[in-house]
Amino acid sequence: MSTDTRTQDPDGHGAPVGRRLLLGTVAAGAAALVAAPVLRRGLEAGLGAAADRDPTGLTGLLPNGGGFRYYSVAASVPERGPADYRLRVDGLVERPMTYDLAALRGMPQTRVVRDVQCVTGWRVPGTSFEGVPVMRLLDAAGVRPEGRAIRFTCFDGTYTESLTLPQARRDDVMVALSMQDRPLEHGHGGPARLYVAPMYFYKSAKWLSGITVTREAEPGYWEELGYDVDAWVGRSNGRDDAPTV
Amino acid sequence: MPRPSEARPSGARPSAQVRRFTPAERWVHRATAALMGVCLVTAGCLYLPPLAELVGRRRLVVTVHEWAGLALPVPVLLGLASRAFRADLRVLNRFGPHDGVWLRSALRRRGPRPAGKFNAGQKLWAAWLTGAVLVMLGTGLLMWFTRLAPLLWRTGATFVHDWLALALGVVLAGHIGKALGDPEARRGMRTGFVGRWWADSAHPLWRPGD
Repeated sequence: MSTDTRTQDPDGHGAPVGRRLLLGTVAAGAAALVAAPVLRRGLEAGLGAAADRDPTGLTGLLPNGGGFRYYSVAASVPERGPADYRLRVDGLVERPMTYDLAALRGMPQTRVVRDVQCVTGWRVPGTSFEGVPVMRLLDAAGVRPEGRAIRFTCFDGTYTESLTLPQARRDDVMVALSMQDRPLEHGHGGPARLYVAPMYFYKSAKWLSGITVTREAEPGYWEELGYDVDAWVGRSNGRDDAPTV
Repeated sequence: MPRPSEARPSGARPSAQVRRFTPAERWVHRATAALMGVCLVTAGCLYLPPLAELVGRRRLVVTVHEWAGLALPVPVLLGLASRAFRADLRVLNRFGPHDGVWLRSALRRRGPRPAGKFNAGQKLWAAWLTGAVLVMLGTGLLMWFTRLAPLLWRTGATFVHDWLALALGVVLAGHIGKALGDPEARRGMRTGFVGRWWADSAHPLWRPGD
């Protein structure tokens, strides 16, 4: 370039590339939105394979890179263990009961292996949960005739969930004590969480501390904020995921 | 590389400073950067497991993220009231032959880098960022008001929002990295003035108004 270019101002002249790039970016975003189902399947296959051979764990940080994501609605969640964990069963029952971890572990356990599906989209295939069916705890306490629903409370002090009595009596609804054949860690809702196999994972309340029999299903934490109370995977919340059960 | 100072007398006084940005332009940048920072930090707290575990309070973080995102275009829209800002947008939009030269040199990592007030890289950055923010805004609104959108759009919106956030994070890191590497460019954004030597070397085709 000769120094003569300085004599005339080149700024503000030429093709409107900026506008084209801006509109192109928006168009690409819209196209990706439409093509998302196809793109997502492709990426998940690729990332899943990469994650299997990834010693750094970095692929876990990528969107939909597989695995669980940590969601907590509380500011901080206390850790509880064998010494101070308690599960209370009360409400419309004949005999309110309190269990500690040893008591729960001493009961007959059931094992369920299903996909975990979050309502935000992530899915973890073939995850095993082991614990005490809620049905067994309800039977031990004796549900009174007017009790038709369950309210679940948590020792994070904030989260709540609910199920109807028939839902809670399914054999794939349990107080889970272990996941993937390891004792449930704090980050996954340990030492004990609710596990509701056929429903979106927000139903599976972490850090479970209370099972209260009520007259009617009371909407839980996210349900007050618009999520469906009957959260069957693939048949609620406007989603069409493959059912987990 | 600063060029020999044939164009100006040595020991030049105020004219050694060139006005690069008016207060309005700098406030648009500052407010946009602050809102983008809030979006990024809250996104990290929602998305990265260690941060999510540390912070919790998911509902509060979501609310802050949503409102910061919604407010993100506001500074630019208010900036349209400023003549200088509108002039910048015009300059950012138009690509002349020198921009092609700049891009080719940048890709080859050698050669001349002719640039007006903004170099071609800055122009691409501005245009792409604006488009990306609009896409984030659209997909974010689809995720926010879940009841309004058809099912297919919502899952698609989550997908696009997640991946574009990642891309934005990388590109923003590049933007900040470039700024960290150029104190005089930062001074231009902080005070509104740059040294004429810097303008001559980094933006040789730029003809400042004063």
